[in-house]
Amino acid sequence: MTTVSSLDSGAVAPVSARESLFARLKKNRLSLFGGVLVLLAVFMAISAPFLPLQDPDAVDASSRLAPIGAPGHLLGTDELGRDILSRMFWGGRITLLVSIAATLIAMIAGTFLGLVSGYFLGWTDTVISRGIDVLMAFPYFLLALTVIAILGPGLLNGMLAIALVNVPFFARIIRGSTLSLREADYVLAAKGMGAGHSRILFRHILLNSLPTLVVATTINLGFMITAAAALSFLGLGVQPPTSDWGTMLASGRQYLSSAPHTSYLPGLAIFLTVLGFNLLGDGLRDALDPRMRD
Amino acid sequence: MRNYLLKRLAQTIPVLFGISILVFSMLHLAPGDPADLLLGPDATPEAVEDLREDMGLNRPLIVQYGAWAGRIVQGDFGRSVVLNRAVLPEVMKRFKNTLILTAGALAFAVVFGIGIGILAAKFHQTVFDSAAMLVALAGISMPTFFTGIAAILIFAMGFQVLPSSGMYPARGGDFFDLMRHLLMPAVTLGAVSAAILARITRSAMLEVIQQDFIRTARAKGVSEDKVVWIHALRNASITIVTVLGMQIGYLLGGSVITEAVFSWPGLGQMMVRAIQARDYPTVQGGVLIIAMSFVFINLAVDLIYAWLDPRIRYS
Repeated sequence: MTTVSSLDSGAVAPVSARESLFARLKKNRLSLFGGVLVLLAVFMAISAPFLPLQDPDAVDASSRLAPIGAPGHLLGTDELGRDILSRMFWGGRITLLVSIAATLIAMIAGTFLGLVSGYFLGWTDTVISRGIDVLMAFPYFLLALTVIAILGPGLLNGMLAIALVNVPFFARIIRGSTLSLREADYVLAAKGMGAGHSRILFRHILLNSLPTLVVATTINLGFMITAAAALSFLGLGVQPPTSDWGTMLASGRQYLSSAPHTSYLPGLAIFLTVLGFNLLGDGLRDALDPRMRD
Repeated sequence: MRNYLLKRLAQTIPVLFGISILVFSMLHLAPGDPADLLLGPDATPEAVEDLREDMGLNRPLIVQYGAWAGRIVQGDFGRSVVLNRAVLPEVMKRFKNTLILTAGALAFAVVFGIGIGILAAKFHQTVFDSAAMLVALAGISMPTFFTGIAAILIFAMGFQVLPSSGMYPARGGDFFDLMRHLLMPAVTLGAVSAAILARITRSAMLEVIQQDFIRTARAKGVSEDKVVWIHALRNASITIVTVLGMQIGYLLGGSVITEAVFSWPGLGQMMVRAIQARDYPTVQGGVLIIAMSFVFINLAVDLIYAWLDPRIRYS
């Protein structure tokens, strides 16, 4: 409740919407910390090709499972003598790329389905909503496994699997906001002025659902990273020689007693990145769309 | 209540139908000929042709679906390509182990999640509240496989107080051994759900505590413990039960990962191996059993929900 009142007072302050959003976010230290974690992960992903890192796939049998701080290997090496620091950068790139791409696919498909079913209602809504119900009848991770079973393991298929699993999440949220926005005065006015369905849907309803969508996407990214890493961990996502944080963690597991850093370093990277997105998502939700709280 | 039960039962029919369609389609959507996929790479062309004839692969899809659904209803889930045994008994044997793991995780999530949530609401805006919510947020962000590996590193390798894998010692064991083996996997699997439940319970309790009837109860001189544990909790329980139902699905699906970390001989591990070996009958059987149980668990949750909140069954 306090969030709503602080939001109300923020709305009357003489600042632009963007400034007030940033100001609101800045006040929330935890979400600021989350933003820093996210930026760090994104920096790792983008900068990998430009940094003087060793070849992430270069095998060196003479320095297998070197500890953290070993000469020439700041974070040590894995079971094949590959430099962990470099693999953390390149692996993070794959993890983030797969998660972001899957989120975008789920967001676009889910938003479209949610808009169409919430706007047209009738049989369109019935068909889409029942389809979503069937998808939601599957336990979250089981549906991803089912898709992998059909398409076969792999990076692209893993990405499609976790995207499909998250379509209902976006479809439900956007259907809800479409249902309330379709009766808004400005939508009725646009209808009265002769605007077509696509103009109303994309120009009026979608644009006004954007805050909800931004919050939902940020929160969803944390799930996506965990799901993508989990699939790789099980050997069903990214396949060798390509590796992401999930595969690094899985292969490091064999050496838990002799070289635990080979698994806890990528695990820590996944944890901090997901934590970052969750903290940022919480902050954005409080600032943009407090109704979505819990 | 009877009308609500009948209405809710009727609603499960299209969902079960949808699940069966999706599971049936798995073989047909996968690249390659279904008969080849079912018999595996070592099958002779004659065997493949025989199976094609048996399955009626040349007949329309709807006829094939009817025949398949008929077999499933009679408990014939086909034979595992890898094990060369009937799928259903194997799946059920493993599913029992998955249910033990899921039940352990659920018990942990309910006791700790809801307990901490109630205490955080009771001690709202104290150090306990902030610390609990920070731990909950970390718990939500911690991937199951990382929690599991961290637990193995600390409790199995560091302190050496708990076993790191399996359900029983190699020589076999009793109930106590099972509990010792279950503790780490159950806590690992239940950690995220516990964290989510703690957050939801706290916010539901805080919302209820602000309402008039709580003030009335306090004004009447009802003890604070009774206000929190009876008056507020009963009303907050509607939200908590909804989220709990969703968490059961998360636990059933998420058990796959925990089983892989702790070599727990459950259905999830069996399915991951079956997917890698393209053992379709086993995958189909596993998906069908888990998805169907999830539908019935959801049904049970909805009935509890209607029992807790009479407004639902009369609407």
